Amino acid sequence: MKKTLVLTTALTGLAFAASAQEVTVMSWGGAYTKSQVEAYHKPFTAEFGISVNSVDADNPATPIKAQVEAGNVTVDVADVEFSDAVRLCDEGLLEEIDHSILPPAPDGTPATEDFIEGALQDCAVANIVWSTVYAYNTNSVEGTPMTMADFFDTEKFPGKRGLRKSAKATLEMALMGDGVPASEVYDLLETDEGVDRAFAKLDTIKDDIVWWEAGAQPPQLLADGEVAMSTAYNGRIFNAAVGEGQPFEIVWDGQILDFDLFVIPKGAPHKEEALKFIAFATDTQRLADQASWISYGPARKSSGALVGLYSDGKTEMAPHMPTAAENLTNALVNNFEFWVDRDAELNERFNAWLAN
Amino acid sequence: MADISAPLTTADGKPLKAALASAQARARRRAFFLVLPLLAFVLLTFVAPIAQMLHRSVHNPGFTTHTDIGSGEKTPIMVNLRAWFKENPPGTEPDEAAYEALVKDLVVLRELKAPGSVGTRINYERAGSRSMFTKAARRAEKLEPPYKEAMLDLDEDWADPELWQVMRGASSAYTFNFYLAALDLARDADGSIVSVDENRQVYVKLFTRTLLLSLLITFLCFLLAYPIAHLLATLPLRHSNLLMIFVLLPFWTSLLVRTTSWIVLLQSQGVVNDTLVATGILDDDSRIQMIYNQTGTIIAMTHILLPFMVLPLYSVMRPINPSYVRAARSLGATSWTAFRRIYFPQTVPGIGAGALLVFILAVGYYITPALVGGANGQLISNLIAFHMTKSLNWSLAAALAAILLGGILVLYWLYDRLVGIDNLKLG
Repeated sequence: MKKTLVLTTALTGLAFAASAQEVTVMSWGGAYTKSQVEAYHKPFTAEFGISVNSVDADNPATPIKAQVEAGNVTVDVADVEFSDAVRLCDEGLLEEIDHSILPPAPDGTPATEDFIEGALQDCAVANIVWSTVYAYNTNSVEGTPMTMADFFDTEKFPGKRGLRKSAKATLEMALMGDGVPASEVYDLLETDEGVDRAFAKLDTIKDDIVWWEAGAQPPQLLADGEVAMSTAYNGRIFNAAVGEGQPFEIVWDGQILDFDLFVIPKGAPHKEEALKFIAFATDTQRLADQASWISYGPARKSSGALVGLYSDGKTEMAPHMPTAAENLTNALVNNFEFWVDRDAELNERFNAWLAN
Repeated sequence: MADISAPLTTADGKPLKAALASAQARARRRAFFLVLPLLAFVLLTFVAPIAQMLHRSVHNPGFTTHTDIGSGEKTPIMVNLRAWFKENPPGTEPDEAAYEALVKDLVVLRELKAPGSVGTRINYERAGSRSMFTKAARRAEKLEPPYKEAMLDLDEDWADPELWQVMRGASSAYTFNFYLAALDLARDADGSIVSVDENRQVYVKLFTRTLLLSLLITFLCFLLAYPIAHLLATLPLRHSNLLMIFVLLPFWTSLLVRTTSWIVLLQSQGVVNDTLVATGILDDDSRIQMIYNQTGTIIAMTHILLPFMVLPLYSVMRPINPSYVRAARSLGATSWTAFRRIYFPQTVPGIGAGALLVFILAVGYYITPALVGGANGQLISNLIAFHMTKSLNWSLAAALAAILLGGILVLYWLYDRLVGIDNLKLG
């Protein structure tokens, strides 16, 4: 008994000693968090001896405001979407990140030039380019859907549709499904007629929609046969299809590209370690490694050439990336400014539309 | 012979009344110290948060005070513009002085890095304002008089009377505008209260739906629980204990597990539909949609809240003496009359307690409708959660919650008037 007591006390002591060297990273869960644990967290701990606590949220941007305003910040690094990074930064909820801490590319190109445009913000450093696509289960769909219009055509392709329960991406897809080319979507959404048109298009399939909120849900809904097609984060579908052998196909037409960025909430308990983590995780090699665990594109140009095979050792990653040339024919880049501004208004209308 | 008009005293000469009072005061103090931990706990974890919520629903200093997150230092902002609003009555056309005040304030905002939060405050009531503030603040320092023209060059929307009305409303930290928004109302350009566009109206509808669904669920729980409780109360103890475990087992199971089990059972490729198809009752194409809609919310919530009805009913039914009903029967009452006149009235306190418990829990229910409610099975609590965690408009969330709280108190008061709160038996 006494021995155990001594042992546990010693262990607690060790745990305390170790807790000085840790960093808490909040991400989106599922296959995506796993890819980050493999590509960033494990090598980071191996190199610096700083342990990484991984926590998940449906959207890591949402707990930040509550934590910062309550003065009880437990997260050191959060992985958030573009518009959220800009909004939180504007509201003074994030620490600014000095871009000079980011290592240059292996050929010496400075980080500020190596990152793709928009990937470096005052308070945020992007790690991946991901996209919202729609995918279908080949067992429950006859024929081959090719375009965004097919997603909204329940006569040609009968079956339920899964959609993310938010105005963002849903409205853009509705317009593209109504035949609006990607390049004109945001101009149209700025107008009341455009918003009306998007909702009118959604009305046509409203009774067939199953709404999802967490990124892990669409592969589940597709696998259960609960929906025939669903919008989803492209990496989740890739991992279910290639990693788990599910009969899912991605339709790239009308995909909506976005960044995921690392941010540090103001008052993070381990700011030094957080900065170290971000600099490490977004270097050329780490971003390339991450892409071998899930099909999200690295945010550095220099990482592109290093992206090779999926972790199964045989699948070439390049064609599965949202940024692959053949996937970009009708792609939309998420307009963060539009959503920073209109998020509240359009979600309000979206909620009203849902409730009717 | 003692003087009877002199006050009674104790042995040491103190007046009896005072001695008694001090002895009782000591007892009272002791009792008070005994309940003090509980009192402090209730104040801290219940009363204070509700008070803070109510305060937040009428107080939003987003346009009047900037709080530095690092140091907690508070700086008054929009000082010049707020002064202009004070000097000029509502409806005044904003003149050059107003724009000059605005530009001066924007320069200060830029230094404080606060244009985003001020813009967000205005954006709550007028969409699209946020980027106007951040953009204008970025250039404010370089603007030259005449300021009105300079601002309109940046963005024509700065002349929008609605924007000025919203800024005027926000220029006082205390406002009832969040309550207006929570009731689908808004102020128009000259400050009078109007309904918002039809395609934005959502809250009143959801309050009504929450109320109706909660009543329906309470009623369904009553219908299901009454026979169960009766059975439990009348069976011999050794059988009823076994049955009681069936009632309590789901009660002890995690809420999430129960909700997701309903998803497995009810989804269109789920157990219920598969069984119906396998037995030939349904075609494969005509599977019933029982989840991700109102039906799903009603089924799952009724099941989850059922124990809250069964337990109070059981506790009032158990002690009812069966000889009352037997006596009524022997005096010639039909079984229905005996039930209606003798048995049922004795169970009313249990029905009241169960109904109140189920109804109040149902009104605030959140996770189950979020998971199985789809689009039309959402309740008001889901929108409160939306404003708490997604849109981060906490004042609106607080106003919605306050209205919900007020509504419940009114219903409770009505219940007290109609049924009587003394007539309530929880166990």
